[in-house]
Amino acid sequence: MYVAVKGGDAAIEAAHRWLAHERRGDPALPEITALQLREQMTLAVDRVMAEGSCLDRDLAALALKQSRGDAVEAAFLLRAYRNTLPRFMAAEPLDTGAMQARRRISATYKDLPGGQVLGPTFDYTHRLLDFTLAAEGAAPSVPEEDAEGTGPMPRVTGFLTGEGLMRAEAPDDGEAPPDLTREPPSFPASRPLRLQALARGDEGFLLGLGYSTQRGYGNAHPFVAELRVGEVEVLVEPPELGFAISIGEITVTECQMATQFAGSREEPPQFTRGYGLVPGQNERKAMAMALVDRALMARELGEEATAPAQDEEFVLLHSDNVEATGFIEHLKLPHHVDFQSELEKLRSIRRRWEAERVAARKEAAE
Amino acid sequence: MATRPEWISVLARASAEEMESLAGTFPPYRRLRGPETGLTMLRGRAGGDGAAFNLGEATATRCTVALADGTLGHGWRLGRDRRAAEIAAVLDALLQGAEGEAWQARVVAPLAEAQRAAREQQSRRAAATAVRFSTLGTMR
Amino acid sequence: MKPGFHDLVLDAQSCFRAAMEAMARPGRVQEIPPTEGLPNGLEPAAAALLLTLVDADTPLWTDAGEEARGWIAFHCGAPLVRPGEAGFALVTGALPPLSRFRDGSDEAPQDGATVIVQVQDLVPGEGWRLSGPGIETKHRLRVNGLPEGFVASWEARRGTFPRGMDLFLCSGTRLAAMPRTVRIEESV
Repeated sequence: MYVAVKGGDAAIEAAHRWLAHERRGDPALPEITALQLREQMTLAVDRVMAEGSCLDRDLAALALKQSRGDAVEAAFLLRAYRNTLPRFMAAEPLDTGAMQARRRISATYKDLPGGQVLGPTFDYTHRLLDFTLAAEGAAPSVPEEDAEGTGPMPRVTGFLTGEGLMRAEAPDDGEAPPDLTREPPSFPASRPLRLQALARGDEGFLLGLGYSTQRGYGNAHPFVAELRVGEVEVLVEPPELGFAISIGEITVTECQMATQFAGSREEPPQFTRGYGLVPGQNERKAMAMALVDRALMARELGEEATAPAQDEEFVLLHSDNVEATGFIEHLKLPHHVDFQSELEKLRSIRRRWEAERVAARKEAAE
Repeated sequence: MATRPEWISVLARASAEEMESLAGTFPPYRRLRGPETGLTMLRGRAGGDGAAFNLGEATATRCTVALADGTLGHGWRLGRDRRAAEIAAVLDALLQGAEGEAWQARVVAPLAEAQRAAREQQSRRAAATAVRFSTLGTMR
Repeated sequence: MKPGFHDLVLDAQSCFRAAMEAMARPGRVQEIPPTEGLPNGLEPAAAALLLTLVDADTPLWTDAGEEARGWIAFHCGAPLVRPGEAGFALVTGALPPLSRFRDGSDEAPQDGATVIVQVQDLVPGEGWRLSGPGIETKHRLRVNGLPEGFVASWEARRGTFPRGMDLFLCSGTRLAAMPRTVRIEESV
């Protein structure tokens, strides 16, 4: 129960001014700009953008600055801002097959058309703190291949679907997919609804769930069939033009996770794919999303669903960090009346308990 | 010569400064809609090629203008740069007109070339990180 | 193509304020600033309501002509649908039977349609006697241009509350609202 309380205006004002001061830090040091964050804290910005479900790196950088680097608070700010904007239209589905990939690897094939392209990765770094970064340095140079760039990179899953060893995706029925931002989720949830929820879900929550599926809670033995990071075109078809136009590019990370499926009466044993698609560069989340997506297919595939990652209500209703933080943090709000009533109830139970004990002792003594 | 969808795509990726410095001054026009910023829902496909799902909303800005002769121009781009959307709309209208080819040569061609070079550079950087295995041929 | 609001934010805000006042005080006439250069068949108050309330998320049905439909699609972005699928409707000719519009469900009464009707005239102080939430005792309004039998069908549908539909009556730059709670008595 909530009770409106008055007062505290001056305290709130003072608290917010102190907050602004803390945000700024030591005034002897130059203030960081949102542009610097956008360019140099790229992965933090990408995370905020994905979880705030508002794909705009400048806004995400500003939110991160305002929130003092608190990613969840920044996602909250982005969601709030997003709600002030009208939606023009939906774009055509992104063609990740035509991505201009900066990175593309497969753990299932060593040699594959288009090659294994490492791109700007933390993999193979030694995870030793680099103290030269503590000083300012010149911009590092990037090696370039002289002759030509990368060639076409067909989907790895295509090799297996071609052989009939990978379960084909259900074809698109042309219907507009369900939209969490317009309708609350209902269960059982369709795969498009699950993927939308996972794409904006909390990275840490999905990472833990994805990990749990490999530790026996969901019995998955996944392979990274393909992981790619790069730019895809955004196409829209405004009615005033009547034809599709490309209005820019966004960076996305895509993961195809192959997992064996024992088969059923109708379907032969084959690989199935869990799918991860995340705005920005974030392969940890794309991989975790793919694992959880696959775990959530248990019902459709007739597998036994006993693990948390296979329970769609559990996963979908707890993966959104803005929602989760709203509920957890609301416990800070005044619950004075609630608490007073609990306190009174406890006192009365306690009196009864004590009276009964006294009575029992007396009885025993007699 | 670029087609209309091609030049719209090139202008959507150019900054306001780039377009202005190439274009110089514009004839008079009036705004019909915007420039206004809103959202475009981006979609992916399950498994990359299956049913569509909503990935998240991206900011987008659009503008529609009319030249004195009534020609309409539309500017659309990701992000929130209203000035760039308006300039792109004016250029879209001019590119459809009698002087269209001259505008293409002056504005669209150099922008398209710069954008192509940037893509090319990224592709070359990626190629430099392609792994060359020293063994064994394919595993299929 | 004709333009929409001169100042998207300020004009939409002041129109929203008028629409809210109208809904909060059923039958009281509100005034919208005049606009020039509207498409054929569209009057300022109805046009301003569309620009303020209708967007790509609100399917619309209208009987208006080609030019007005193109203008609505361009400025509001609303998908044009059949009456039974519409969240909003714009009626420029004869008002169709109310039963053709959505009235929501008991779980989601907000899904009932909002119907914007262009009428010939709104005359306060005479005609209908209106009562209900937002009206202290009685309010009077004469509406010229609604079909015969409108009051009877309105009153018949009022029994399904919380389901129902809400009306905006517009004439030139003037508008009045008839939320689903309003009770109409014909004057004798």
